[in-house]
Amino acid sequence: MSKYIITQDQKRCIGCLACVVHCKVENNVSYGARFCDILPVGPKDINGVPRILFVYMNCFHCEDAFCMKACPTGAMARRDSDGIVYVKDDLCIGCKSCVKACPWGIPQWNTQTGKVFKCHLCMHRLDKGEKPACVEGCTTSCLTFTMPDEATQRTRQIYAERIAENLKAMLW
Amino acid sequence: MSETKVVYSLCCMCTGRCPIMVEVENGVIKHIWGNPHVFGAKSLCPRGAAGVAFEYDNERPQYPMIRDGERGSGRWKRVSWEEALDFIADKLKGVMENHGAKAIALSDRGGPHTELHKLFLRAIGSPNYFTHHATCSNSVHNAHMSIAGHARNTVGYDYKNCKYMVVFGRNLLESLITGEARNVIDMISAGGKLVYIDVRWTYTASKAYKFFMINPGTDYALVLALINVIVNNNLYDVDFVNRYVVGLDYLRAFVQPYTPSWAEKETGIPAEEIVKIAYEASEAKPSVIFNPGWMTAWHEDDFYLRRAIYTLNALMGSYEAKGGIVIAKGAGDAGFKIKQPTSLAPKVTEERCDGAGSKYPWIRAQWGLLQKLPEVIESGEPYPVKAYIAMRHDPIASMPDPEVWIKAFDQLDLLVSIDVNWSWTSWYADVILPESTYLERTDNVIVRKGLKPQLALRQKVIEPRFDSRSRFQIFKALAERLGKGEYFPWKDEIEMVNWQLEGTGFTFENFSKKGVIDLSKDPIWYDRSNLKFDTPTGKIEVYSEFLEKAGIPSLKPYESPKAPPENTLRLITGKKALHTQGRTTSNNPILNELTPENHLYIHPSFAKRIGVKDDDLVEVSSNGVSERIKVRISPFVHPQVAYMLHGFGDPVPLRTRSFGKGASDVKLMKGKLKVGVGGNCPLFETFVSIKKI
Repeated sequence: MSKYIITQDQKRCIGCLACVVHCKVENNVSYGARFCDILPVGPKDINGVPRILFVYMNCFHCEDAFCMKACPTGAMARRDSDGIVYVKDDLCIGCKSCVKACPWGIPQWNTQTGKVFKCHLCMHRLDKGEKPACVEGCTTSCLTFTMPDEATQRTRQIYAERIAENLKAMLW
Repeated sequence: MSETKVVYSLCCMCTGRCPIMVEVENGVIKHIWGNPHVFGAKSLCPRGAAGVAFEYDNERPQYPMIRDGERGSGRWKRVSWEEALDFIADKLKGVMENHGAKAIALSDRGGPHTELHKLFLRAIGSPNYFTHHATCSNSVHNAHMSIAGHARNTVGYDYKNCKYMVVFGRNLLESLITGEARNVIDMISAGGKLVYIDVRWTYTASKAYKFFMINPGTDYALVLALINVIVNNNLYDVDFVNRYVVGLDYLRAFVQPYTPSWAEKETGIPAEEIVKIAYEASEAKPSVIFNPGWMTAWHEDDFYLRRAIYTLNALMGSYEAKGGIVIAKGAGDAGFKIKQPTSLAPKVTEERCDGAGSKYPWIRAQWGLLQKLPEVIESGEPYPVKAYIAMRHDPIASMPDPEVWIKAFDQLDLLVSIDVNWSWTSWYADVILPESTYLERTDNVIVRKGLKPQLALRQKVIEPRFDSRSRFQIFKALAERLGKGEYFPWKDEIEMVNWQLEGTGFTFENFSKKGVIDLSKDPIWYDRSNLKFDTPTGKIEVYSEFLEKAGIPSLKPYESPKAPPENTLRLITGKKALHTQGRTTSNNPILNELTPENHLYIHPSFAKRIGVKDDDLVEVSSNGVSERIKVRISPFVHPQVAYMLHGFGDPVPLRTRSFGKGASDVKLMKGKLKVGVGGNCPLFETFVSIKKI
């Protein structure tokens, strides 16, 4: 499992697909393929207002990765330092086993090379101390690139502040 | 060894002009981000991000061309810049000798980067400068001018601090500008309430506190009922109104018939909800915004709706209030003077050909009435117009009635298209001049007005990929050929920029650090007890003697909108984050990949009646014009409305990705080349019949 996590604030996401475009530009993702994606689900009427959920998807970089197990050549590899699952381009034979194996449809087909490519959390950017392009370029900054402990701490903090707000008449 | 650099500039994928940060490696643009010094993050909307794909797309004019066949035959010969410019100058000289300089018209898409086009027209002595605003914001602009002496955009919105905002069809989170969308989301995150009114559900509606699907064309009824509740229950800001509003008694008397229960019948919005909006807004005042909209070329009488919306803001005292409508502060407010190129040439006093400011005294001349131009060209009245320069503007594809334009163009001695894109107008032009893209040229310094005014600069990031020239180079060269070179005294863009900055202590170099120059450390607020409005009374004129004298009522008694004729729907168009500017976005390799065509959204009840299901191809027709488009069925569009995304149905074969994809909304808006009261085309008074193919 990669040690990172990308969280999404549903309240801020506007489904504009800036993440997809920034990713495509940064990683030269060929026509038709998307490393990350936003899948709008809805609208559904919730208390009189039709709401929509924008589901952000990118690779989970699984610990026990289906794609890695399916890959016959070792092209689907894990970076030891941080657990990112990425494709070693020169080893990929284009058999698409990983495409079939992944339950979330993450590996993508590169029509230009006849090989698979996929989200690698912009490893080249991480190595320069920068964030993945999808997070960096997000129009409303609804995506956050972080570590699980930081992310959970942040969630707790937001929850605590909300509780305090609700109780403030009683407390202060 | 690779050489990398970062250049700060301004985007031009739409008219939002967002500040950008461009990463360049060995002379090649790698990525375009939002300017973090402005946004606090590298955020940039998908269109801005797709600027890289735009730059490296070869499907654009690459060298000057002169027509070599009939107009519209698509036959061209490549010429040198000297030959093209000489050709244009000779033709313009001929037109000026025979008809005077006023026989030369130019249109663009407005904004602060139009200085050099306007300077050129002033230099040669033509008053006939036009913008595309006839199909955009003319009515809201002229309404605001008439009521508060402000343009649509000489005020901004303090979204971040706003507690309650009511929005009428302004799809802020899809038809978006990066900074504005961020601020609106910040407002909602901070607990601000957004009430969204539209004839269809949008992503903006999905973030709203309340969403009301209003009966099409009845927004004015809702606004009048809101005013009714507010004045009858003394919910307004008494101090502000006493100080600044002219015509409260007139207003009170005027709105009496327009009760919430009356408005419920018109709008379909329950009376108690209307009352609630009025009370909730009043509770939050003055941190309230009744958003007057941007693209407001809706109805013939749209002007009154916009005046009434601004009236609501005045009643809430939201002008120059935290969380309200704030007057945009310019360089002068921060103690700086920026020289504008247009100031070099005297204003042209000759009467315009379209009647703006004369025949229509309440319509400001500064943006013009482009919809009148074909009629002027055809009739030669009030005087002949024989040459037309379409500057980064495609009137045939973006204004109603393409065939009327094409017929009028036949009467011209010269039609020039200057563009970074292939346009439909260029297809009929005599000369096509390729402009260097926004990443390949430097433009004039602009002031980003607001609470903290800044200077910003679009500057050249890379060398032009093709044989193109900047607008500076083009208009300077034309002015020189017409003997008016003295009005373009600068050697190049940088010299012009430094001239603009003379006396400020800043130079071109100061933009390199963070792309913008802050003119004020702190927000500048005017004293709310001493506001001045640029109207005859110096106040907000809910009752306007000026208008009444011109035969225009200050507010017009409400009339129900025309119901769609049997078996037709009202055509409504809009934008999304990926596509706003049809010419620039629809053929973009990435944006087109993500949304390659538009669809016609109709209500299930109508779909059932005509027997169609999702993705069926239909023929949409209006006044003898037909387009083909696929259907999407949604209960979240009003049963009387057919909605489509603007900017598709591309007629130019050279734009291979967007050519022929989807339908053109403006083609269907036949007969809408009219002057509404606010100077707008009444685009949303189009009714279409739909049949399955």
